[in-house]
Parts: sequence; C-alpha cells; structure tokens
Amino acid sequence: MTDVPTTTKADWTSDQEVRWCPGCGDYSILTAVQMLMPDLDVRREDTVFISGIGCAARFPYYMNTYGMHGIHGRAPALATGLAMARPELHVWVVGGDGDMLSIGGNHLLHSLRRNVNLNILLFNNQIYGLTKGQYSPTSEIGKVTKSTPAGSIDEPFNPISVALGAEASFVARTHDMDRQHMMDMFRRAHDFPGAAFVEVFQNCNVFNDGAFGAITKKDKRASMLIPLEHGKPIRFGENNEKGVVINPQGSAEVVDVADVGESALLVHDETRQDPSLAFALSRLSAGPFEPTPIGVYRAVERSEYATEASKQLAMAQEQSGPGDLEALLHSRPTWEVS
Amino acid sequence: MTDTVPRTVGTRELNRLVVRFAGDSGDGMQLTGDRFTSASALFGNDLATLPEFPAEIRAPQGTLAGVSAFQVQVSDHDITTPGDAPNVLVAMNPAALRKELVHLEFGGTIIVNQDAFIERNLTKAGYDSDPLDDGSLDNYTLFKVPMTTITKEVCKDLGVKPRDAERSKNFFALGLLSWLYNRPAQPTLDWISAKFKRQQLIADANTAAFKAGMAFGETAELFDFTYEVKPAVLEPGTYTNVNGNTALSWGLVAASQQAKVPLFLGSYPITPASDILHELSQRKNFGVRTLQAEDEIAAVCAALGASFGGHLGITTTSGPGIALKGETIGLAVSLELPLLVINIQRGGPSTGLPTKTESADLMQAMYGRHGESPVPIVAAYSPSQCFFAAIEAARIALKYRTPVILLSDGYLANGSEPWLLPDVSTLPDLTVEFATGPNHTEEDGTEVFWPYLRDPETKARPWAVPGTPGLTHRIGGIEKEDGSGNINYEPDNHGYMVKLREERVAHIANDIPPTMLEGDIDDADLLVLGWGSTWGAITSAVMRAREEGRKVAHAHVTHLNPLPKDLGDIVRRYPKVLVPEMNLGQFCRIIRSEFLVDAQSVAKVEGVPFTAAELHSHIIGVLDD
Repeated sequence: MTDVPTTTKADWTSDQEVRWCPGCGDYSILTAVQMLMPDLDVRREDTVFISGIGCAARFPYYMNTYGMHGIHGRAPALATGLAMARPELHVWVVGGDGDMLSIGGNHLLHSLRRNVNLNILLFNNQIYGLTKGQYSPTSEIGKVTKSTPAGSIDEPFNPISVALGAEASFVARTHDMDRQHMMDMFRRAHDFPGAAFVEVFQNCNVFNDGAFGAITKKDKRASMLIPLEHGKPIRFGENNEKGVVINPQGSAEVVDVADVGESALLVHDETRQDPSLAFALSRLSAGPFEPTPIGVYRAVERSEYATEASKQLAMAQEQSGPGDLEALLHSRPTWEVS
Repeated sequence: MTDTVPRTVGTRELNRLVVRFAGDSGDGMQLTGDRFTSASALFGNDLATLPEFPAEIRAPQGTLAGVSAFQVQVSDHDITTPGDAPNVLVAMNPAALRKELVHLEFGGTIIVNQDAFIERNLTKAGYDSDPLDDGSLDNYTLFKVPMTTITKEVCKDLGVKPRDAERSKNFFALGLLSWLYNRPAQPTLDWISAKFKRQQLIADANTAAFKAGMAFGETAELFDFTYEVKPAVLEPGTYTNVNGNTALSWGLVAASQQAKVPLFLGSYPITPASDILHELSQRKNFGVRTLQAEDEIAAVCAALGASFGGHLGITTTSGPGIALKGETIGLAVSLELPLLVINIQRGGPSTGLPTKTESADLMQAMYGRHGESPVPIVAAYSPSQCFFAAIEAARIALKYRTPVILLSDGYLANGSEPWLLPDVSTLPDLTVEFATGPNHTEEDGTEVFWPYLRDPETKARPWAVPGTPGLTHRIGGIEKEDGSGNINYEPDNHGYMVKLREERVAHIANDIPPTMLEGDIDDADLLVLGWGSTWGAITSAVMRAREEGRKVAHAHVTHLNPLPKDLGDIVRRYPKVLVPEMNLGQFCRIIRSEFLVDAQSVAKVEGVPFTAAELHSHIIGVLDD
C-alpha cells in the first residue's frame, strides 16, 4: 500500500469515554491495539472492528475506525459478509468467551473453517461479565457462580483446541499483562492472509479476579508460560531448564532438559500442515495453573475465502461476459404473441 | 402445423383444460407436468400450475404418502388459477388414483398405468378390490393403458437396462397426453435431447417412450376424439414461462443492476426457498455473491455485514428461518441499513408442511421481533409478479435504509405462468447515493460525519461505507442519539427514537402505489380484500360472481406495512368486506383494528391454495346472507 499517512495512537482512539470497570484487562488490550495500529501501514478508513455482545464487545466504540457493535455471538457472521463484500478491508472481530464460544460458537467454527480474512480476538476471562458473573464455557469444573451455586459441572472448552479442531489456519495465544507480546501476536494476525484466531487471557477483576494470575503475574511468567517460537526447541523456566517433548503416546509433556537433552525437545514448527502437534501443545496445560504455551501455535497459509469467491466472480465474467439482464430474461424458451 | 402429431380421429375444441398428473415420488410426475406445461406455453395457451409433492424425497414406494402430483390448467383465454376440479387425472399407480380421485370432476377422464394395478400395489394403497374392474369408477371415463409394458417393449432394442426403460414410462404418459390434447411434440423432443445429451441411452429411451405414447393414442382405438385448446389471446409481446422463485431471483438481479449496487445473498437451504439460492449462485457474472451460511442467523448476519459494506444484502428463507433471524432483523432496524429478508412461506408451526403452501407468517413479519421494531412488508401476488415485488422491496430497502420483508409462498414459488417479458429499459432507476464527506459542523468549526443525520425528505440516514476517508463511525444495536449516533440511554431520547423509527416506516406510505382495485368499483355490494397468492383465485371467483350479475369489487394489497393511504377509504366504501387468507384471519385482524370495519375472514389453512369455486361460493354466501 502506498502513501498511508503517518498516524499516532491518538488518531486511532475515538472520542468516546471508555466504560469498562476500572482495572479491567480490556484496557491493556485496547491500548495494545491502539498502539499497534500506526505501525501496520493501513488507513483508518480501511479498518473495521466488529463485535457481538459482552464487555469485550464494546471495543469498536473506542477505535477511531469503522465499527459495528452487533448482536450476541454473531460478530464472525457479520464480519464474514463484510469481508466477502469488501475483501480489501482489514476486518477485526472482538468478543469474549461467552460471545464466541457459547452463543456464537457455530459462527466462530465456520469462519475459521472457511478461512475468511478476519483477525479474531477472543478475550477469554472464563466468566460472564456483562450479565454479572455467571459461569462461561471456559470456566473450570466446580466453578461457583450465581448460576452454579453448587459448582459448575460443565467440561470447559479449550479455545486453542477448538480453533485447531475447526481447521483454523492461524492460532495464537497471548495475555493482557504483556503489551509487547499482545502487539506481536496482533501484528502476526493482521499480517496473516486468512482467518487469524488469537486467544487473549484477560482478567475480569470484578467477577473472576486473578483467574490467570498463577501463570501471568510477572514473577510467575518464566516458570509458567511456555513461549512458542518458530524453529526453536520449546524451552522455558527461570533458567530455561524446562522443555517440551512429544512422548511415545503422542502427547506433549514437560520435562527437565537435563534429563532428556536439548536434542530431544520438540522444535516448534508453526507452519506444519498436520495440526496434531499444535493440538498436542494445546492440551499440555489443563488450565491456567499449569505451564501453558503462549505464542503462535499454527500459521499455515491456505486459500482465503473472500479471495476465492471473488475469483469465481471474475471467472464467470470472463466466461459469460458481464451480466445482461435482457438476455437473462430471455434465457428460457420464449414465444411471441402478436 | 408440423410439430403436432398427425391424427386419424376427430378433434374437439376446448376453452380450457385442467390435467392432474399423479404418481409415486419417483415416477417423475413433476417433470411430466412441467414438460406438458412448457409445450402448452410455447403453443401459446395461457396457463397456471400447482405442483404438490411430499416432503420426503422418496417416501415408501407405492404408498399414499409417496404420491406426487402436478396440476396444470391450460386455456385459450386469460386465467389466474391452476383450475378447480381437474378434467383429467393421470394416475401412474393405485395410490395416486386413490389419493387424487377426490379432486377429479364428476364424469372426468382417468388415464391409468394398468401395469401398476397389481395386488401388492392395490394393498399398499388400501384397496380391497381392483378399482379398474369393480365398477367403482363407473361415473368416470376410464382408460386403462399398459404404460410400463409398452415402454419396456419399445426400449427393448435400444440397449437400455429394463430398470431404466421402466423409468421412461412418464414420457409415455406425456406422449399420450400430448397426442390426446394436441400439444406440440417438438419442444419435448428437443428438451429430451438437450437434457440428456451426455446420457444418450436415456435420451433414446425417453424419446422412444414419448413417441410410443403418441402412437398408442393414434392406433389403440380407445379414443374417439382428440381435444384442442387454442392459443390464448394475450397482450402482444415476448413471453416466457416462469415460476415465482425464478422470477423473484431475476427481480433481485434486476434491482442490483438498477441500483448499481452489488447483490450479496446469505442463505441457508430451506424448502421452498432454496431455488432462489440455486438460481442466484449461477449469476456470478452479474457480480452476485452468494454464501451458503452455517445457519439461518449467519445467513442474515452476513447479508447485513455486506450491506454495511455497501452491497444490497439479501437473505432468503421460509418461516422457521425468519423466526431465527428475528434478532438480526431488529439489529438492522436499529442500524438503519438496507436489508432484504425474503420469506417463501410454508405450512407451520414448526416443521409443519415444508412442501405445502400457507400464508400465515404475516403477523410474524409485522411483529416477530422484540421491542418496537417496524419493518416495511411487501407481498408478491402471482408467480411472474414476484419479479416486480422483488424490485419494489429492494427499492424501499435502498431508498429508506431499512430492512424490508418480502412475502411469497410455496404456491407462488413453484407455480408457473406465462410472463410477458418487461422492457428492461422501463424498470425503475434505483440509483443510490453513498455518503462522500462530512455532513455536520461542530461548534468549534470542525467538519465531522454524523451517521444518523437524516435526509429531510426520506428520513433515511447516510450510507457511509467502510473505505470512505473522513467518515469513520461506529454503529450498533444500543439505543443511540439521533444525528451523532452516540450511545444514549436517556428516557426522552429512547421515546423519541422509538417514534422516529415508527414514523420512518409509516412515512413510506407516501411513496407506494394505490391499492389495486377491480370489479364493480362504484357500486359493489361486497369487497373481496386479499393479499399475496390468493390473487388468482379471488380474481376468478369475483369474475364468476360478476358474470352472474353480482356486484363485487376486488382490492389486492401488495404493501402490507405501511398500508396504502387509500385503503381506509376503500374498505369503508362497501357494505361488506370479505378477506380470504391462507391463515386464520391475520390480515383481517389488521384491517379491523386499523380501520374499525366489520371485515369477515375466510380462512383456509390446509396446505393447498383456495380454488376459485370455493371463494365463489363464499362470495355468494355472504351476498345472500
């Protein structure tokens, strides 16, 4: 793209007062996005944020771009139509775990499967915030909330596993305590030509405070977050003493590097066609209390949906010429009455 | 004429003819009826059709549940219905005879495939004795024709497998009917060779069966006469035979061309609307984008997303789909974006009668959303008129930036009629102006864009599409302030916006045609008031009553919300008002509450349209009351 005007974070910030609870993790995600945008070489008017319903879904109001605050769960579907109609736009979808994995789960699955060129940011706080504290499809079993006084009995979704199972081409995870990591992941999502899914661990300090604290607090990150870096053996720990291997059963497993040797570690390959290793990595942690991989799980380019749809239109016009209404009306057998 | 069959028997002239083809779902009766219709159309008759088929693709063979029927009326004059009681019933098996005989006129003609009347099939159909021999059909003219045997015989030397040969027996029936009623043969022969050009054996078998059917008529000495229905005297011009779903699809393409706005269809397959998705997915060279979505909700959401992007977003479905789309239609009401929601109505509630017709979704269209959520409603009234109804619905959506519901139904969707093709250059100009720059000056002199600042005449907000510099803005389903579009929960503001949205729709009444009014406009004793697909039956019934000297007028409403401004005067002008509907009186209730007149409902909710005869007797009954 040529001569995109230079912008600052302020240019991407709308004049609307931000109305999230003080201390909400959404603020830091908003800041990361607003800080990233001037670096992306895109115009504000070519950028659209679309959301459903929930706390996270207020996001478009705060971006000085085109935006639509839709209805609960349907943001990926609204965005699919826009991206098909206008493939040149940069379309972002923002929603929470209830929005995109519960009421709108179907649309998330199908937008990933089709590989529509969307940047999908799922703010996962493992709780319903806007409706004041019910358990969500990512809440842990046993979670006591207003709607589960005896504890949740629902097996939670693992969003990364869901995305990989839905044939997602780009799957990443980040968290709201690390602005630079968020910006890196969002930039990768933007650069990826297809559906890019980013799960953001996000703290709801009112209804589920500290849900990710055991892994995202500054003093915990080294030992509890496993950075995935393409082409490198997967290692982590205060002294990089831990690593990840694929065991003979095919599962990912945390080991002491000293025990197995550096060469035994899994070398991360985000471009691997077969998603089973990425899936194994997504199952490494049973929840945000065990060492958990963050970064890009998978980035495998394949045909983008809107591009393919546009190609079919171009091909039809090449084969049949531009549409001729008169000819269409006469395309079936006709007869004359005089 | 070279393309009619030579004959050795006398010919009698008929003004009109109603044939009903009936057989097992797998017998190809829809195809047979369709070919008979096409040949009649090309011959120049006026016609109207009524396909009736079961929801099951292949119900158990030979059972009553599996009977598929196709009724067509061909005529030498202008007609509006597929006819009341058929004159001729073609029954390919005992189940078809048993199920369909009830429709046949007293003394009518029955042509059966004699080979199918074996004990097993008779039992399946619930016959204790063979109706062909037990005298139960003595009040009819019965022709027993061994269709399967002859078809197999003529296909014997073609190298066709006996099973495939047997499947050609519907073309034998078509050939026989074509001979008996002097239908031109060539269009059918041409169609067979074009349709099966890659399956030569099947083309050969069907051709042989068709010709054998014609030859049988000529040589079997069963028939004393053939019959002829002369071409109808219709308005001059070029005609094609079209069904409602095709005409509606073409109307959408036309609207897109006339508006110079690309068409985007989001749809989920559902009977009886799927054919619109099929048709439009073939129109890619018109710039039409189609998405077969993961569900009904995604289909309408994608259409709305495309509308946000400056396309004409459309979604097609039937009643169950509308129920699912309700929340998104409400969002479109709040966003004030063009959106076309098309409901090809079918029998309900729930799955109901998927392949049968009904028009019971009017209240759903009017009120089927939460909150005060007014939506303009347009209804099509004949198969070919679906073309213009689609253009009109698109016009309102584009001009007034609003979702519009277009109602058709299963009868219009699958029924066909000759259509005098319009001159494309006479179609309305639907050109849309997109917003290009700021429209408001702040107190400090800054030029800004306000997404809800309205055109004073249309009360439509600007359509500012992503990609346009200087117009970035956010819209959403939360209540907003008029003008700036900023979120606003204040009580006064909500009250204002609710009334504004109501007025926006009501205001469209200034821009719609007057009510269609025919018959004894000045001195009728009874007004028959209709909407949608009842038009054909009401027109015929009113014509009959008037031919008998009765004073009757017929008003037909194409715009159900807002109602035409002249409708109040019309319904108050006549002593009696009768409202026939394929529901339990939904429009009648609107008329009574809107105009405080004692309109009387005539309801038929049986999955089949009114016949003219039924309505005629209602009309006479009310007049004599």
